[in-house]
Formats: sequence, C-alpha cells, structure tokens
Amino acid sequence: MIRRSPAAAERIRKMIEVKNLTKQYGSKLAVNNISFSVGEGEILGFLGPNGAGKSTTMNMLTGYISSTSGTACINGIDILEDPIAAKMHIGYLPEKPPVYGDMTVMEYLRFVYSLKKSKLPRESHLAEICELVGINEVRKRLIRNLSKGYQQRVGFAQALVGNPGVLILDEPTVGLDPKQIIEIRTLIKKLGKNHTVILSSHILPEIQAVCDRIVVISRGSIVANDSTDALAKNMSSDHKLVIRAEGGSEDVKKLLSSIPGMDRVFVNREAEPGVYEYYLEAAQGKDLRREISKKLSSRNYPLLMMKSNELSLEEIFLKLTTGDNYGGVDK
Amino acid sequence: MFAIMKRELLSYFTSPLGYVFVAVYYLFSGLFLFLFTLSYQSANMETVYTGMFFVMMIMIPILTMRLMAEENRQKTDQLLLTSPVSLPRLVIGKFLSAFAILLVCTLIFLVYGLVLSGFAKVNWAIILGNIFGMLLMGSVFIASGLFISTLTENQMIAAVGSIGLNIGFILIDSFASVMPAKFLQELFSSLSFFGKYSQFTLGVFSVSNIFFFLSVIFIFIFLTVRVLEKRRWA
Repeated sequence: MIRRSPAAAERIRKMIEVKNLTKQYGSKLAVNNISFSVGEGEILGFLGPNGAGKSTTMNMLTGYISSTSGTACINGIDILEDPIAAKMHIGYLPEKPPVYGDMTVMEYLRFVYSLKKSKLPRESHLAEICELVGINEVRKRLIRNLSKGYQQRVGFAQALVGNPGVLILDEPTVGLDPKQIIEIRTLIKKLGKNHTVILSSHILPEIQAVCDRIVVISRGSIVANDSTDALAKNMSSDHKLVIRAEGGSEDVKKLLSSIPGMDRVFVNREAEPGVYEYYLEAAQGKDLRREISKKLSSRNYPLLMMKSNELSLEEIFLKLTTGDNYGGVDK
Repeated sequence: MFAIMKRELLSYFTSPLGYVFVAVYYLFSGLFLFLFTLSYQSANMETVYTGMFFVMMIMIPILTMRLMAEENRQKTDQLLLTSPVSLPRLVIGKFLSAFAILLVCTLIFLVYGLVLSGFAKVNWAIILGNIFGMLLMGSVFIASGLFISTLTENQMIAAVGSIGLNIGFILIDSFASVMPAKFLQELFSSLSFFGKYSQFTLGVFSVSNIFFFLSVIFIFIFLTVRVLEKRRWA
C-alpha cells in the first residue's frame, strides 16, 4: 500500500507524509481525508480550535491509534506497516505529558531511554536534554511533586530522548508561564534546525512565532496549508479598521460609505454616550485611513479612535470555514 | 521489555504496595504453616499449599490491578504505545514485574522447608514441585488480572473484576457437578483449575497440568495484546 512518491525529484526529503488520512469514530468523522507533508528541517504548525482533530491526527501519526483509511509515513516508513521502525524516528509529546508521578525525573528519563532503545551515551545524552529544556534543578525530584510547567518540560525532555528526527508536539506550551513559553519557543526554533517538527496549537501568535508553514484544520478537514508569511499576508487586515467617532451613527455610516473604495461599514455599538464604534472594511489592499480621518473632520465628527482590526484566530476560522468577513469582534 | 519490567518493579516498591503484598503473603503462609503443619507436629505442608491457592486468588488481583488501568487513566500508555516496543513485549514486561514479586514471595517456602528439616526428614522434591505449582497458578492469576486491568481505567474495577474471574475459576468444579450430561461434566472437570492445582499439593507433578496452566497464561497474555491492539484500531 505504500505509494512511492518521486522523492528523488523533491528538493527536500519528506520526513512526514500524510495521504488521505481519515479517522472515524462510529458515525463521527474526527479527521476527514487530510493530506500534507513536512520536509526535513521544517517546522509545521498545526492550527485549529479545540476538537478540530489536531490531537487525533497526531495520535495517528505516532501510531497510538490507527487510521480508518489513508496512510501516514515517517521518514518513508508506513506507521501501520512497520510501526517499530517508524516509531524509532518519532519523539512525541502528547497533550497530557505521559509522565509517571512515582518516578524521579532522572529515573523517568532513563526509563524512556531504554524504552526507545537509544544507542547514544546515556548519561551525557540525558544531561544534555535536561540542560536544553531547563530541568536540571529538579532532576532528583519525584515528578508528581513538580509544577505543571515542569511536568510539561519533563514531557518535552522525554520526546527528545534518543534524538529522533521527527518531533511531534501537541500543544507544548500549555500550562507554562510567559517566560517559559518564550523559552520553549526558542527551544523549538533551535530544534527545528536539525529536526522535523510538527507543533499543534490553538494560539495563532505562537504558531506564527515558531513555524515555517501552517496547516489550519477545522472540523477534521484542512482549510489552509501555506507558509506562515503567505497566510499572514492573506489574512492581513490593513484594510479592516475599527474606529470610534462622535456623532449620529446613521449619518456617520452614510458618510463613511461614500468614501471610494469602502466596501462595508458596520455599526458595532455605542461605546460612550454619543460615540459609536464602527467596523470598516475597505477593498483588499486599500489603505483608507487618511480619507476616513479627513472626511470625518470635514463634517466635524471628531475621530476618537482608529486601529486596524487584527484578525483573531476565531475570525480566521470563520473566514476560512464560512467566508464570513465580520465574524469576530475586536477585543 | 525489561525496561518496562524494571519500571513496574520500581513502582511497586516506591509505593507501599510491593512491601505490603510481600509482607501479607509471608504472614499468611507463615500462619498456615504454624496452624496446619507445625501445630500438628507434622512435616506435611499439603494444607498450607491449598490455603495459598485462596490467598493468591484474592491477593494477586491487588498486585495486577494497577498494571494497565493506571496507564490508561494517566494517559501514560501514550508513551508506551508510541515507543518502539512491540505489544507482546510490553505485556510480557508487565507480566514479569508481577511475577518477580510472586517469585520473591513463593521462595519463602524454601525457608519453611529448611525450618522443617530441622525437625523431620523433608522431601525436597515435593517442596520444589509445589513452589513450581504455586508459581504456575499465581501466573494464571497474574495473566488474568493483567487482562482485566487492560479493560478499564479504574483500579478498583480491575481488582474486583479479577477477583470475580478468579472465583469463576474455582466454580468450574461446582459447575461440573451440576452438569446434566456426562460429557459436560467431564469437560468441566477437565478444565478444573483447583483440581489440577490440588495434584501439585499432593505431590503429583504432571506434565499435562503444566501445559494446561501454561496455555491459560498464554491465552490471557494473547487476549491482553489483542485488547491493546483493538483499542488502537477502534
């Protein structure tokens, strides 16, 4: 069943290749016919709301659950055909770090080391990992007594044992404080130089900060698969503004609508007495900020606030899944 | 496989469970030895061995309840099942950890033999045969307990379920006696666990009984592997 891709023609070797992967639980389609591939040394972001099928996909990639149909290959090895060989190349950090509370950090890492049949020199390899994820100071403590953040990092350390070529990280920064989040992001970036990484998250800036490419998944299907830059550009919101202006909402709306290039004007709410908030959408790529300001002042409607309507993840989802332009509310 | 066994053993002895199990086993076997052998001024340990059947039947589920149920609950099975370890090796590793503890327990009978040999002539072949028999019977309980533990996330359910299953093993004899047809009676008594174990206690070392127990152990280990596999495919 392994379909051979013309790998020789590819510039980058594909470390992960997913073809038509589907997972069905009873009548519920958790993952619906998704395909993507990840090249060597690439960091792929897996973005989606809760319940979109991120974890299910990751569990299929790592061989924890099987797919209903379709194939997933790690380093060219089908995870269902030769699971042992494929798993040798995978380091997996599931959503909940799979740590044993009754072991100390070092006992646990040594256990994982022998479980993964690593050939690297044990103590120096583990010391290196502890240093990397910053758990040196808790090496001798029982895992159950560690904070959530440390447990998460021990889970991360576990994924690095044996130096696998592919790292699959399911929401690696959940439960960490902001400083730790930055540390882990930096770490992932560093690891991305010589590992292939898939990273899932429902936090857009996190993915933007780390990943080369983003796959957006919603209700089990891929709705976007593009480089981070392209996706951000596509999603760019220069032409979408939120303003607040004093004056009658109907008049202001009429006035703003008369600006050439203005697509939609939407009165959101009365922010202060007599001051209304508007959502504006100009034609793609048009910057109407100056015209808006001039127009309002010419009619003596004081402009009290103007900012670009940054797209939240929810909006991107709405945009990608329903095409609705005014999905979210800027907060 | 040995990594998993080592981890489980470590876990038995970081919690009190391992110590308590060994201590209670020694307590009961010592008590039985005193009540049924020493107090009769005899060197015949037959009743002690019979008693140990029931001790193992109740206690081994406590030893095995945690093995897979806790992994299921803590989601640590995600680590085991995504590691380059085959399922049979995983299950056998778990099995061996409980077996190692049972071995430590059962070897106390060598000490009892030694104690008895100070007072009377002891037939070491029978003692060794019985140690072997107890290990076999205990392994059946371990394998069945491990199987039940795989089915649930709850340790209590695993323990109660395995004890229930073990009671079912003894009831096979009672069923045999109420069966209407002769061939059913024969079928059931040929499956009797207690009957086969009793033969060990009487000093009968039968190859067919050994094969019977080994097959049951194999069946339960096989079923455990299948359950893990099936969950993956569900």
